[in-house]
Amino acid sequence: MALRKVKGNLERMFDKNLTDLVRGIRNNKDNEGKYIAQCMDEIKAELRQENFAVKANAVAKLTYLQMLGYDISWAGFNIVEVMSSSKFTYKRIGYLAASQCFHQDTEVVMLTTNMIRKDLNGQNMYDAGTALTGLACFISADLARDLANDVMTLLSSTKPYLRKKAVLLLYKVFLKFPEALRPAFPRLKEKLEDPDPGVQSAAVNVICELARKNPKNYLSLAPVFFKLMTSSTNNWMLIKIIKLFGALTPLEPRLGKKLIEPLTNLIHSTSAMSLLYECINTVIAVLISISSGMPNHNASIQLCVQKLRILIEDSDQNLKYLGLLAMGRILGPHPKAVQPHKDLVLACLDDKDESIRIRALDLLYGMVSKKTVMEIVRRLMTHMDRAEGTFYRDELLQKIIQICSQNNYQYITNFEWYISVLVELCRMESSQHGALIAAQLMDVAIRVGAVREFTVGQMALLLENAHLLLGPAAANSSIAEVLFAAAWICGEFAHLLPNARNTLEAIVRGRLWSVAGHIQAVIVHNLVKLFIRIVVTAEEEDDADMINEVTALLEERLATWSSSADLEVQERAVFALQLVCLVRDKRAAGLKLGPELALLTAGELNPVAPKAQKKVPVPDGLDLDAWMNAPPSESEGSGDEDLLSGGDLFFRSEEPPSPSVGRKNRKAQHISEEDIMQRRAARLQEQANNPYYMKTTSNRSSTRSSPKTSLANLNVDEIPMQAIELDVPLTIPGMTSLSKYEMVDGDGDNKKLRHKKSKKRSKRKNLALSSSEEEEAPAPLVINTDAEMPEGAIVSDDDDRDNRPLDDPHRALDIDLDSPLSPTEVLPVLHHREAPAAPKLKRSSKPASSTVDAAKSKTKKDKSRKSKKKEKNGDLLGSEQKEMALDIGASVTDSKPKPYANGVDGKKTHDDIEFWLSTSDPVEQPPEAEPENAPAAADATQKSKATKKSSKEPKKEKKSKETSKKVSKKSSRKSELNLPLVDGAPSSDLRTPEGVDRRDYEVANGHHASNATPDRHKLLAEDSAVAVSWRARPAADGLKQIRLSLSFSVSSQLSDSMTDIRLVRLHLPDTSSLALTRVNATSSDIDLERALLSPGAPVKKALTVEVQDATVPHKLRGALYYSLNGGSERVLPLKFEVSVLCCLSGAGASREAFSELVSSGALTARSAFTTSCPDISFEQLLRVLCGDGSFGVVERVQNTASLYAASLSGHHVCLLTKLKDSGGVCVDGKASDGTLLANALDVLRAALTAAP
Amino acid sequence: MQFMLLFSRQGKLRLQKWYVAHPDKAKKKITRELITTILARKPKMSSFLEWRDLKIVYKRYASLYFCCAIDQEDNELLTLEVIHRYVELLDKYFGSVCELDIIFNFEKAYFMLDELVVGGEVCETSKKNVLKAIAAQDLLQEHIP
Repeated sequence: MALRKVKGNLERMFDKNLTDLVRGIRNNKDNEGKYIAQCMDEIKAELRQENFAVKANAVAKLTYLQMLGYDISWAGFNIVEVMSSSKFTYKRIGYLAASQCFHQDTEVVMLTTNMIRKDLNGQNMYDAGTALTGLACFISADLARDLANDVMTLLSSTKPYLRKKAVLLLYKVFLKFPEALRPAFPRLKEKLEDPDPGVQSAAVNVICELARKNPKNYLSLAPVFFKLMTSSTNNWMLIKIIKLFGALTPLEPRLGKKLIEPLTNLIHSTSAMSLLYECINTVIAVLISISSGMPNHNASIQLCVQKLRILIEDSDQNLKYLGLLAMGRILGPHPKAVQPHKDLVLACLDDKDESIRIRALDLLYGMVSKKTVMEIVRRLMTHMDRAEGTFYRDELLQKIIQICSQNNYQYITNFEWYISVLVELCRMESSQHGALIAAQLMDVAIRVGAVREFTVGQMALLLENAHLLLGPAAANSSIAEVLFAAAWICGEFAHLLPNARNTLEAIVRGRLWSVAGHIQAVIVHNLVKLFIRIVVTAEEEDDADMINEVTALLEERLATWSSSADLEVQERAVFALQLVCLVRDKRAAGLKLGPELALLTAGELNPVAPKAQKKVPVPDGLDLDAWMNAPPSESEGSGDEDLLSGGDLFFRSEEPPSPSVGRKNRKAQHISEEDIMQRRAARLQEQANNPYYMKTTSNRSSTRSSPKTSLANLNVDEIPMQAIELDVPLTIPGMTSLSKYEMVDGDGDNKKLRHKKSKKRSKRKNLALSSSEEEEAPAPLVINTDAEMPEGAIVSDDDDRDNRPLDDPHRALDIDLDSPLSPTEVLPVLHHREAPAAPKLKRSSKPASSTVDAAKSKTKKDKSRKSKKKEKNGDLLGSEQKEMALDIGASVTDSKPKPYANGVDGKKTHDDIEFWLSTSDPVEQPPEAEPENAPAAADATQKSKATKKSSKEPKKEKKSKETSKKVSKKSSRKSELNLPLVDGAPSSDLRTPEGVDRRDYEVANGHHASNATPDRHKLLAEDSAVAVSWRARPAADGLKQIRLSLSFSVSSQLSDSMTDIRLVRLHLPDTSSLALTRVNATSSDIDLERALLSPGAPVKKALTVEVQDATVPHKLRGALYYSLNGGSERVLPLKFEVSVLCCLSGAGASREAFSELVSSGALTARSAFTTSCPDISFEQLLRVLCGDGSFGVVERVQNTASLYAASLSGHHVCLLTKLKDSGGVCVDGKASDGTLLANALDVLRAALTAAP
Repeated sequence: MQFMLLFSRQGKLRLQKWYVAHPDKAKKKITRELITTILARKPKMSSFLEWRDLKIVYKRYASLYFCCAIDQEDNELLTLEVIHRYVELLDKYFGSVCELDIIFNFEKAYFMLDELVVGGEVCETSKKNVLKAIAAQDLLQEHIP
């Protein structure tokens, strides 16, 4: 043995250690791969040895290689081996390697559970520390579940070093094993008051992280954190606390009001930039959450803006960047406060750092006004000229367009200027946003009629100079898209063209063959429109030469297009060519086609809302899912699916963005005048009857007078459309002349001149405006923002309920932390895997009872600290509630309750926070103001409002009258506690959604659940003599009780009907969560008085059971003792499965109350399932779901129904159930408590699956 | 904090610590991407960049870049503080730290980081305490043959 050791050590001397490896790699730069392959072989050999030192060395080297990017996953087992070494040196290396290369899915992680547990509980503090840090990196769901309890134990370690790390690790545990959160949370909360600042800070960190993801659960901790914030000087912790408040304030505006003062103080006093920045961010969040009514509101904003200005002016780029970022956040809600700092932001545009420039651009977007838009855009354009790098240039271009087009051109007073800007933008080098410019050009041309002529002129010029756009640089840019818009605008509004023929020639002669197919297609199509226009005018002027020339030109050029490779171009070109030939032939025959041709392009255009097409309802009788033709064979299926699915059913997504353009009354066929009139009349009639058809109501005289206008006008009132109507013509005579903005021909001098002019103009304008009120500025342009939508359709944004990704682990942490713990909710404790069958309750009862015992003894010993500790008892000790209730009553009177103590039933916690918040500024919030504030507050307020109705008013009055707040607090608390527990007076727990008396609903609502469902007892147990059936319903009097009705009858298996059966007693011991109300409180037996059981006459017994937590299912075991023919007692074991449905009552929900509840936002938990029940009718389905009256039907429409239930604990559960034709059942639930909902749905699903 | 990377001006990774699990492939890709992005930035630029849905905070000390990825809501300046604290610690421990110290004692650099940050959250803000813990552990290590 000794020899072997010596040998091992000797061998080791020749091994490479880590340093050698690193050195070796550095020396073998040229053939690193080969060297490392060699090292890997050595390492593999070393790992095979038994000497731990050698193994550890090998693992250390592997860790290094892993960093260099080599795969070491094969060594997982060796790493575990090294981790398990008893020597700290090696253990440390093992854990390091594990934390670097293990992750939750690594298989060997499963082997580590017991080893890590040993380390965590080990004597050496650093062993445990190493294990904790390592675990933080590779914890898996299994490890989290198995080790949660050990980590919890470390929370009470005597060493702050371990407590601190354990607290931080808890966060990871929660993420992987959300069930641990509720049981662990009270302990975590205690750590907020840990004597060691490091532990305290760690606890703040963890709670802050948790709260940021699910803030509403942590609102009740606000007072604790507030105290910490005002007392602590640790900046690290302060930042976290302030961040936490930033997450909480949106939920509770009153909290924000309370925060403003300390935060402003901090902003004034602190020298730490990180703290300052965090404070400003939270103040901004507060200001956003408080809509109005803050007296020193403006002062806080000003302070923030000032401080941010200092940051932005700082030479440190980081501060500048963050300053701009935060400034952007203020800009949203308070643009006025930021606007004065425009100079600063504009200065940032010159910064060297691109990210800073882009931040500044973001800010500018919100800073423009009618007065400043021209100047800002001008500056941006000069920047664009100078900008290096296409990315930034594109960013600038996009921002310019965003700035100008925001809110439907809200800030644009002069559209000619804007068109000029767009044209100018086309000429910027290598723009990726050609399509964007094109869309803007078309949008403005269509929607702003007054500027149309100008636009058309500009576009014509653009087409004539198309070669400038299509230079060599255009190859990798999308600027050619502009030609799409230009051609379309010129064609569509050809009547506005100064010289249609010139434009046509320019297009035809231009080198436009190189542009993309879809652009060419549009060009060809618009050539037709131009051609028609030319023919029509020429005929009016009798200019036959003109027609002939144009015809000849087109014939020649269209031929080229008609051989295009692009199918669309080709088709359109051929069509156009035929039309041109037709015109030529007819004209040759001496016919005049002008009026008929004009009809081809008649009609007005209106903007259509981007979503309009999708919102067109499917007409009755049209089944979009049905095949129109026989379905294609399987092999073609895949391609068609793409077409059918998704929202692009009606429009092509590659087309330029909104607004798409709807056209009507356009005929592509060449038919006789009479025919046209006839068909048009018929179609208009049809359209008039079709509410979804887009119609023209343009009451301004259209340049294209067409016969159908009179017809359309008949129905003008019913037509749901808006045209662009401008109260004031955009062209201000004498003020804007084309020459001022005409900037197409790219000659430099002209451009500069133009810039100067526009500058002067804007200056003049500014001067004029500053002397008068802004309101007196030229009457605002009305740009009708409404686009056409189908009747009844609303432009809505789709749901933004929860934007966390589905796999976000934080979703699972959306757990109600205020409701008391049920005894079943404990962390899993050490158990051997060999005995998985051990009943769950038994397993978990061990730590619960120990904690309980500890807590109990403390309660007795330590009277002064009772109020806090005792509540914990309340959480854990269901069966001793009676005794406890008295305790509370007593203790409240002699001990001052801490404001942040945890509530007995969640309600109290809310009261605490309510109280804490309401005491913040009694002057500001007189009692009368309360009802107004209350609706704004969270669900909690609403909930407790009804409860406190009686107690609140006197409380408030007292508060305002008496100076001693404590007295009123004490008394109110006392009365509240007494209500449900001692007095036995009707508690508020079973409130109907609005706190109105339930009976009102029952009368009003015909759908009372119990009418619908029969009173059924379920068979519970049966032996050869006796059968027991049972039923559990919430007790009627609204306590936290359920009524168990038992029915004992003669078993059907009993052969001799003359048997004398006597029921002796029922043995039903209380469990920790279920407590029976008994006559004889000391015994767990219930005397059945030897009742005689005879066939057909069942014996009934009703029991009242107190339920501690109505959101989880419970089990109750017992036994029935009876005797046969006077013989010895026989036992029939009973096992009650008290599901959550037993605690639900569907009685009492009206449709109004239901919809209000659903829309109130109080129902935060959501869950759903679908299952298939082939042959079930909807009636059967409802019967199953409503079960024993646990749900009531609120509303039913065909095969859809809304169900409602109130739980004993005051929670609401709403279900929407649908029976699909295919037999699938879909149940969608919302509730005010997630656990309850999940459990309820589980039961329902099981019931549905079991249903016939 | 989601992860921390240390790399040299030549783009060589010197240390990596991941607080959120990623497959090895993804880690390599992220590392490569970030190293190129950050090395391409000019010295006068701010230390922050937005990357995917994270914020990257980096700082250069001599030839080494320290780079952290944080959530959107996290405080950039605080992260810079953490980085600085870490550098200070390394400096104290190694005595004017240089890149080679970290290359040859990379496990020590990890141990130090583990004392400072656990699971992505700052664990100990006191330099003294961290150094004390490290020293105690070193002592423990040396006493065992």
